[in-house]
Amino acid sequence: MAGPDTEGHWGATSRLMWIALAVWAFFSFVIHFFVNSLNSIVILGFPLGFYMAAQGSLIAFVVLLFWFARRQDQIDRQFGVAEDD
Amino acid sequence: MATESKTASGDFLNNLGKVYGIYAGGFLGFVILLAILEQLGLPDRVLGYLFVGFTILVYAVIGVLSRTAQVSEYYVAGRKVPAFYNGMATGADWMSAASFVGMAGTLYALGYDGLAFVLGWTGGYVLVSVLLAPFLRKFGAYTVPDFLAARYNGNLVRFLGVIVLAACSFTYVVAQIYGTGIIASRFLGLDFQIAVYAGLGGILLCSMLGGMRAVTWTQVAQYIVLIVAYLTPVVILSAKNYGIPIPQLTYGQALQDITAREQEIVAQGLNVANTLKPHITPFLTYDKLNYFALILCLMVGTASLPHILMRYFTTPSVRDARKSVAWSLFFIFLLYFTAPSYAAFAKLEVYTNVIGQSLDQLPAWISTYSNLGLVKIYGVTLQGLAGTIGAVKAAIAAGAADMASVAATLQSKGLTSELAAWSANVDPVKAVVFDAVKANAAITAQEIFNPAIHAASTAAGNTSGLLGHSGLSIDNDVIVLSTPEIAGMPYVIAGLVAAGGLAAALSTADGLLLAIANALSHDVYYKMIDTHAPTARRLVVARILLFGVAVAAAYTASTRPADILAMVSWAFSLAAAGLFPALVLGVWWKRANKWGAIAGIIAGFGICVYYLVGTRYYAVGFYEMWSGLSGASEAAVTKFNDLKAAFEGAAPEAKAAAWKALDTHAQAIANWFGVRNISSALFGLPAGFIAMIVVSLLTAAPSKQMQDFIDEIRRPKGKELMEGGNLVREVH
Repeated sequence: MAGPDTEGHWGATSRLMWIALAVWAFFSFVIHFFVNSLNSIVILGFPLGFYMAAQGSLIAFVVLLFWFARRQDQIDRQFGVAEDD
Repeated sequence: MATESKTASGDFLNNLGKVYGIYAGGFLGFVILLAILEQLGLPDRVLGYLFVGFTILVYAVIGVLSRTAQVSEYYVAGRKVPAFYNGMATGADWMSAASFVGMAGTLYALGYDGLAFVLGWTGGYVLVSVLLAPFLRKFGAYTVPDFLAARYNGNLVRFLGVIVLAACSFTYVVAQIYGTGIIASRFLGLDFQIAVYAGLGGILLCSMLGGMRAVTWTQVAQYIVLIVAYLTPVVILSAKNYGIPIPQLTYGQALQDITAREQEIVAQGLNVANTLKPHITPFLTYDKLNYFALILCLMVGTASLPHILMRYFTTPSVRDARKSVAWSLFFIFLLYFTAPSYAAFAKLEVYTNVIGQSLDQLPAWISTYSNLGLVKIYGVTLQGLAGTIGAVKAAIAAGAADMASVAATLQSKGLTSELAAWSANVDPVKAVVFDAVKANAAITAQEIFNPAIHAASTAAGNTSGLLGHSGLSIDNDVIVLSTPEIAGMPYVIAGLVAAGGLAAALSTADGLLLAIANALSHDVYYKMIDTHAPTARRLVVARILLFGVAVAAAYTASTRPADILAMVSWAFSLAAAGLFPALVLGVWWKRANKWGAIAGIIAGFGICVYYLVGTRYYAVGFYEMWSGLSGASEAAVTKFNDLKAAFEGAAPEAKAAAWKALDTHAQAIANWFGVRNISSALFGLPAGFIAMIVVSLLTAAPSKQMQDFIDEIRRPKGKELMEGGNLVREVH
């Protein structure tokens, strides 16, 4: 099937995948390595390290997924491989 | 009822908002009606029945109205489920009885370390959306093994996929049915066995006639019930205690109060046994390695569980599949970011009004749950005392004259359950019960509760008359179930919580059963046994298999298998190690081929099973074989050698007890690098990836045709590659 720039699309899709996984890894693991230092910051009673594991990372995941869905759709449209609306 | 508009499917899909809006409003109205009836004096028991009966009736009506005779409706709900509603259905599919009832309890017990579950069971959805779901949707399969078979051309990979799927889903579904039994027996007073089969009936009504279509629309209804039920008590509690009805915000204050109280408890000398783990301090239960390993295994497991992946086969487009994963996580997030507030409020209540209180003035809810055996004071429960009283009566009737002869008398009469009830107590408690029954045969457990806990407390070395930290043990389930009562809410809220827990268990059981039965009917029967079966026969076989699997699961649950809850947590590692490499590389690495996939699944799944079974059931042998890799301390190694010597030198009649001690100790040290077996995918996952990559590179690359096929999966545009469960064009 000629036409759409398949390689360009997959390149952009792969880049987005790595960005999304980097954000995911940061909020899943990296930030929690620093739980003890973060716990010295207290907001509304929450030690920040505890808060990140209980709520902060979760909110980041939800926002990441909505952003990812929009961004990937833009890529699909840009390269002409999106589904018809 | 709102579901009547179901008969015309087009109308129904166009009016989803209205239908479920009316349903949610109707449900709230029903709750308010019951609240009024309660004030008018309706007994609690009847309220419980009304709650559970009404909600199950609604699910069943939806299930029956969604019946279908079309294969694509049965397997993938006709691919017509909008992203938002599929998100709700996935939320209900995902959140099990354990999430609903048990998670807050885990957080209560483990504090910060328990948050590994909160993170692990949410972050996995990022992997689902980024790496897998949209591509599987574009492919257009009915089941996950279907994709594996097409990508790695052949039924061998399909069959391996079915084995992994069945292994990780079956114990999980048994646990859900077990959960329905527990909830129904606790709130309705039904016998556990009957409750299990009643739950089975509810599950079958929802899934058998309409397959995926029926399960989808009941799961949406179940999500609404479970989230309302989960949020209501804790929102009321937050408003009552802090003036703001947002518990997720106000529990920060509770965390501060807990920390302050923890220090007081230690200062007051109430932490003699050193059991107190400060709530916000990390890495007290899991060390860093295990904490992060657990998060990784739960996340990757989430992304590999077939009953979740197949939910995204039902969306109208690839674009909707991505949006739908985002909505799923949002709806799951609503519950998971609330769970820590339950734990914090409950802990504050316990640390303020229970621990450090006089043993004679414990709050009323303690005795409620003590009656059910779920709260122990120095090992004593009202339930246990009632059993012990019964045992003593039986022994006295059989001629036991003093305390010392009770055990022997019960033994000689063959009264094993009475003997077990009697032997569960420490000697001072036995003395209290025996003397009390001797003096007054009509004595109740309630009447001797206080003397019994005083005796047990003294025996445990606590003479202060106050309840010390180590004296209280609370079952995980109590945290959510007792919140309405602790906050002094009417019984109608407790009934609501029961209905929510039931919805969580039923919806997850539905999804899992469908995943197993569809793999058997579509992958094994249609694809491997009878490839020319007509549509009608395929659907009949699908329903028979669904029924068969459900009955097998219910039967297994009714035997109360001891290890079931531990085995559920294994499902995540099994799915991760068995399926994740083959699925991800299938989409993202064109060079991956059939032999690589076979090697990857066998290596990943095999190592995982070996580690799980070895460390749990053959711990002594496992430890001896791998002692060089074990994370055991020197003291633990010495203890192992002593126990081993004791076992070898033990007299024949003492062998069993010595072996038990040795095996129990071995389970703690049988490991590689100290990794707990719940995280066994930490070894299985890399093994699967390495085996798959190495073997793929050593064997021939996939054909040009297969490479084009992968390109097509990667492009959202265009038709699905499968239709009606068959590839549109063959790929070799």
